[in-house]
Amino acid sequence: IFTRKGSRMAGVAARQLPAMGLSAVLLLVLCAAGARALYFHIGETEKRCFIEEIPDETMVIGNYRTQMWDKQKEVFLPSTPGLGMHVEVKDPEGKVVLSRQYGSEGRFTFTSHTPGDHQICLHSNSTRMALFAGGKLRVHLDIQAGEHANNYPEIAAKDKLTELQLRARQLLDQVEQIQKEQDYQRYREERFRLTSESTNQRVLWWSIAQTVILILTGIWQMRHLKSFFEAKKLV
Amino acid sequence: SGSAQRWAASAGLWGCRLLALLLLVPGLGSASEITFELPDNAKQCFYEDITLGTKCTLEFQVITGGHYDVDCRLEDPDGNVLYKETKKQYDSFTFTASKNGTYKFCFSNEFSTFTHKTVYFDFQVGEDPPLFPSENRVSALTQMESACVSIHEALKSVIDYQTHFRLREAQGRSRAEDLNTRVAYWSVGEALILLVVSIGQVFLLKSFFSDKRTTTTRVGS
Repeated sequence: IFTRKGSRMAGVAARQLPAMGLSAVLLLVLCAAGARALYFHIGETEKRCFIEEIPDETMVIGNYRTQMWDKQKEVFLPSTPGLGMHVEVKDPEGKVVLSRQYGSEGRFTFTSHTPGDHQICLHSNSTRMALFAGGKLRVHLDIQAGEHANNYPEIAAKDKLTELQLRARQLLDQVEQIQKEQDYQRYREERFRLTSESTNQRVLWWSIAQTVILILTGIWQMRHLKSFFEAKKLV
Repeated sequence: SGSAQRWAASAGLWGCRLLALLLLVPGLGSASEITFELPDNAKQCFYEDITLGTKCTLEFQVITGGHYDVDCRLEDPDGNVLYKETKKQYDSFTFTASKNGTYKFCFSNEFSTFTHKTVYFDFQVGEDPPLFPSENRVSALTQMESACVSIHEALKSVIDYQTHFRLREAQGRSRAEDLNTRVAYWSVGEALILLVVSIGQVFLLKSFFSDKRTTTTRVGS
């Protein structure tokens, strides 16, 4: 089929060559655009933080790509060497799990050891600050946690799994994630219950304390004033 | 030059085909689930390049902060507003991309003076990538495989419900923790105010009587 179409096209090649050249260029541009991901703009000294609430023993993989704004051409340059991003990850207790400098394109991974809110902070640490002055940075970011972080074609190739085995593996991973999430839910519910009981206790004791203070000060006021007026011979 | 022309033509033809494939097939989707903190009086925008015909879903929920509401706005590449809501706690919006280009969505906390909010959003673009990217689905799925696919879809919705439950529980928990600290501070504060006011009242009253005037005593003002 292709050879027939190819010979037909060859006849009109001369006219359609510029158009085909253009589409080839467009294709290259699309390829250069890289993986499709969400992006946002960040200033030079700005720090952007993202929160991942995850159960324990969960792996998180983050991919990012940065592009610098070119003020003269008013476009974002496809890739700029010398741009760096500092990635810092803190666990729910505030302890730093990961704190590393990556290039303009990077991939960071960490595994949680305590369940809860992990904070992932990114800020640019560019070596070419002069070029950067007053500019913006476009950051493409993709964060995947738990089962979403697994790369199934890679797992299939590594463990030599058939299609059915791979699907079963994917289902097992999903179910494991659900179980971990439910364990985390039990832990959170316990924390919530402790907080509510503490509030209950506080409300109870402080109401009693305040009533007692009120009564005691009332009694003291009256006795003090009574003795005062008796001294002044007004009563 | 004839063979060169033919070579160029076939190369260009392949390029055309591949390009058409990339543009017309809205496959290879992505899902971005991000939780971020939105400071007061701030607006944060996110962008994504979407191809024509892709079905996208934007879901967002406010987790902590103030009245748990945020403004959200979704624009297409030409600047037309596809979705605009103010002070919403949770919403889900599905649309099909009618143009190729960069879609922009923004969350704004500009109406709030001092509370910063934590916002979660899930932006799903297109379908999930297939498990076997190199497969050519010529044959139909076997019964086992289609059972696996339906279990996979069901588990995806279980995980999705779990996420929303977790966010709502986080909301409740943050309110409970706020209440706990507020009760502590206010109780101590009130007890102190009570003591100060009652002792102060007595001494003020005493000061009214302490001058040597025998004229009418002022009982109250």
